[in-house]
Amino acid sequence: MLEVIWLIPAFPLAGFLLILLFGRRLGDPKAGYLAATMVLASFVVAVGAFFDLRTMPAEERQHVEVLFSWVPVSSLHIDMAFLADPLSLTMCLFVTGVGFLIHLYAVGYMHGDPKFSKFFLYMNLFVTSMVVLVLGENLLVTFLGWEGVGTCSYFLISFWHTRDSAATAGKKAFITNRVGDWGVMLAMFWSFQAIGSVSYSALNGAAESGALARSTATAIAMLLFVGAVGKSAQLPLYLWLPDAMEGPTPVSALIHAATMVTAGVFLMTRVSPVLEASAVWAPQVIAWIGALTALFAASIAVAQNDIKKVLAYSTVSQLGYMFLAIGSGAYVAAIFHMVTHAFFKALLFLGAGSVIHGMHHEQDMRRMGQIRRYMPITAGTFIVGWLAIAGVPPFAGFWSKDEILLFVLADNIALYVIGIVTALLTAYYMTRQVIMVFFGEAKWESHAEEHGAHGEFKPHESPPIMLIPLVVLAGLAIVGGLIQLPSFGWVPSGAQHQLENWTEPVIEFAEADIAGTWADGHKLILIGIAVASGLIGIALAWLVYQRKRFRPVEPQLLEEGWKYDQTVSAFMGGPGRKAFEAVAWFDSAVVDGAVHGVARLVRGSAGEIRKAQTGNVRNYAGIVGVGVVLLLAWFVIFRGVM
Amino acid sequence: MIAQDDVFLAPDVEWYHLSPIIALVSGALLLLVVGALTPRWPRGLYAYVAALTAAVAGALALLQWNDVTDNGVSTLVGGALAFDTFAQMITITICAATFLVALVTDDELRRAGKDGPEVYALFLIAATGGVVMGSANDLILLFLGLETLSLALYVLAASDRERPTSRESGIKYFVLGGFASAFFLYGIALVYGGTQSTNIGEIITSFQTSVLLDGKDTLVLAGIALLIVGLGFKVAAVPFHVWTPDVYQGAPTNVTAFMASVGKAAAFAAILRVLVIALPFHRDDWRPAIWVLAVLSLVVGSVLAVVQTDVKRMLAYSSISHAGFILVGVEAAGHDAGERVLGDGMPSVLTYLLLYSVLTVGSFAVVALVARSNGGDTSLDAFKGLAARRPTLALALTIFLLAQAGVPLTSGFIAKWGVIQAAVAEQSYAIAIIAMVAAVIAAYLYLRIMVSTWLEAGDDSTVREAVPMSTGLAITAAAAFTILIGVWPGWLLDAAQSVTTYAR
Repeated sequence: MLEVIWLIPAFPLAGFLLILLFGRRLGDPKAGYLAATMVLASFVVAVGAFFDLRTMPAEERQHVEVLFSWVPVSSLHIDMAFLADPLSLTMCLFVTGVGFLIHLYAVGYMHGDPKFSKFFLYMNLFVTSMVVLVLGENLLVTFLGWEGVGTCSYFLISFWHTRDSAATAGKKAFITNRVGDWGVMLAMFWSFQAIGSVSYSALNGAAESGALARSTATAIAMLLFVGAVGKSAQLPLYLWLPDAMEGPTPVSALIHAATMVTAGVFLMTRVSPVLEASAVWAPQVIAWIGALTALFAASIAVAQNDIKKVLAYSTVSQLGYMFLAIGSGAYVAAIFHMVTHAFFKALLFLGAGSVIHGMHHEQDMRRMGQIRRYMPITAGTFIVGWLAIAGVPPFAGFWSKDEILLFVLADNIALYVIGIVTALLTAYYMTRQVIMVFFGEAKWESHAEEHGAHGEFKPHESPPIMLIPLVVLAGLAIVGGLIQLPSFGWVPSGAQHQLENWTEPVIEFAEADIAGTWADGHKLILIGIAVASGLIGIALAWLVYQRKRFRPVEPQLLEEGWKYDQTVSAFMGGPGRKAFEAVAWFDSAVVDGAVHGVARLVRGSAGEIRKAQTGNVRNYAGIVGVGVVLLLAWFVIFRGVM
Repeated sequence: MIAQDDVFLAPDVEWYHLSPIIALVSGALLLLVVGALTPRWPRGLYAYVAALTAAVAGALALLQWNDVTDNGVSTLVGGALAFDTFAQMITITICAATFLVALVTDDELRRAGKDGPEVYALFLIAATGGVVMGSANDLILLFLGLETLSLALYVLAASDRERPTSRESGIKYFVLGGFASAFFLYGIALVYGGTQSTNIGEIITSFQTSVLLDGKDTLVLAGIALLIVGLGFKVAAVPFHVWTPDVYQGAPTNVTAFMASVGKAAAFAAILRVLVIALPFHRDDWRPAIWVLAVLSLVVGSVLAVVQTDVKRMLAYSSISHAGFILVGVEAAGHDAGERVLGDGMPSVLTYLLLYSVLTVGSFAVVALVARSNGGDTSLDAFKGLAARRPTLALALTIFLLAQAGVPLTSGFIAKWGVIQAAVAEQSYAIAIIAMVAAVIAAYLYLRIMVSTWLEAGDDSTVREAVPMSTGLAITAAAAFTILIGVWPGWLLDAAQSVTTYAR
């Protein structure tokens, strides 16, 4: 199957083209089934390729499939080529696998939407771009996918563009991501300048052999990290992700939780030898940004009331964990957490979507409660996801989080403490959410009229096509930990470190060696601490929200996300939103945050320069004359006389 | 005295090598003379003759390509014209753009009931001037080409006589253009004063052989400054761009398309001829000046484009920002001007010119169609709901805008990548970074037009745009080319890469 690796992006691309041509004729739900089938076909190919690669010895586990010579110009030679290796196939497997389940779910969720087939058009294009991103053999192919997923994300966030907030959120995502893209492009040029190639094998090879100067490696790694920070929503560029929840829920699950946002983590893993060859401070920067993002976002999640916003901040926080792992040299753990996170976070988002669906588009958790009686399957699967993210053994999240914390402790104890506090907060806010939505008191009855329900308003369980993906994902969230069990006495040795053995050829150069450290010798104590922090978080939330022993602590400051968004707006944009809205109509086209500020800055200065454009020929001649004088001054005085 | 000079040796004229120019001139003459003497030709024939002429001239240049790569470069007509792949590439660019513009102009004129041979003849004359600029090996000849192009453009800008804005734009362009031409001519005079020649080959020889005396070089330096003013005006580089927004907006849209493509390509070819080929010994003098012009054009063009509300004016500013990008390539070429092995600067500029010419004609063609059905309205509001009325037209516009923004898989990405890569290869990191920031700012502008087209609902009263065949053909060809190069740029980049030796 390795020779036909190109089929993985080809299937969803075909789906995209078919829906583009016949989408309207296929309609609801056939277009959705077509899209889902295409992703399933990709998944099958990926599984086949996985088994092919699996049978090979570790050092040969790599296959490059060149499709055509893309940019062949003397010194610059770039192929349109795909690289099948353990890392890219692991990514492909969960992108297409989880992607298929979410497509299936979306057939039910989007039922009745007037733009049904257009939705699946974008979804298939997204899957195509995403697998191109992970399969790329060089930075340019990856960048192609990188831009593609960004574009699809933008289209899908503003899918319901008639809502003002959705259109704004889409633009915010687009522009924030451009900041990151800029880093990736510079890294690409730098790489070409330094080693004359942008292919990963050449770049990583140069890093491993020491041919890449330390300063160059640092620059490339840090520039790529800028891209990763934008795409994976880390501090200070995380702003767009919570707003991205304006998109339909399957989009949040697929793009803004399971796949696209992990692209940054993937990219850093892909160039791990470069990171290893760079200055000592580079991984530390990554680890600290990851840890601070994890803590910061978790603290905000504690006070959110929108069911999807909690999960959004939780995603930012979990991505922070992955970067913490990367900065600590725990690449396997980062991939491991990426996979398990894809399972349980997709599950949680789809569960939330199911609740929203059953509650007639209500997203405020303060108007929910007791829903488990009406939506038992959704509730059951959501609870599995909750236990997984809270780090309760033996659910998947426990194993991956534990592995990260193990490596972090071996690296830096301060980061470990932040990690443990974040784990406690995670358990706390997820328990809060579960209680507010599924337990507690039913608060929706008093709001029934607002939903336009005549007579009795009751939440209803979702159709089977939405529940099947939930059940499958719940199964994966339970057993996902099996792919990388730690080495304990009672774990059969054949089942230990599966993921590490599999990805060894990709990460062996950069993976930190923690054998012999205190942390490695005391794994049981660490597990105890991790489990305890999770259970304490759950217990605290239980006491506060279920038993009501304490008053909930939800300061306004946290609800507003530490006022970070507002601060950026105020700092970049001056006297605040109201003043902006009054200025001109296109100010309202560019609302919020940094976007606002930049636009205002540009507009302000442009307005001044614009005044020179009077339409008066005499003024124009004057401006040309000034240019002439300056040029003559340069040539005659500076270059000629002096 | 005079008796001694009676033996005048006529230079050899290589008729075949001149055939693209001859084809363009004959086409223009045919339209002017025969067109004036015969009754009105059947519908569209004027346009097809012009398009055919451009196609033939382009094909002839293409045929001569292998001649150059096999037999090497040479000069024509006593060293007045250069015969090299550089000239061919510019000729092909100009002919391709003229071809597309002629198709777009066709129903523009017929619908207004103003069909006639004059406009097409002027297009062909302007194209001839452009080709001469791109092949000139003598500063005087280059000036002749420049004036041939410019005079035709002044008249074209004012050709929609009934619209006051068109007349105003023609006059403005003429006054300011004359101003700039004077500088250019004075620059030639000063360079002549310093080198005793206007022939590019002899200018180089003079620098190679002469020992610099005090003062003499200052003369040449002042000349270079004035040459840059004249050419900077033509390419619309800041601060010599002031005419651009008014003239682009006021001129008929098809003429704007012509100015943005042919005008720009010819002027940039002249910049390369004058600075990189003729004046490599002064590269450290003029490169910083180009650097500043590039940065100013990038920043001013991109930033001011964002605040416009008229699409034609937006595209005018965007063309200034594109000029900045091309200047980035010129700056890169300046690093190894005159060296035995040239860098990627020159090929990247030539590629950019070809790709941008096609793109910009395509964009303006769509604007022309939208404007026509709205009674000449080119504001952003006129584009609202275009996707609902004409989805394929909106798609074509989106392709062109994405390409102008430099999105991968379009020709615009290849163009921008080329110049930035050339700058990085010469270690001009600062300008590469500024160019990318400008691209990010400008991306917002294109996004705004796309949002209007796709997401905003139009007035119910807006008439559905008619897409006549010849314009549709031009738009389709341009869009197909944009995507083709984006997906499969190898062959073009290969061809551009072969532009490494120059006749002089």
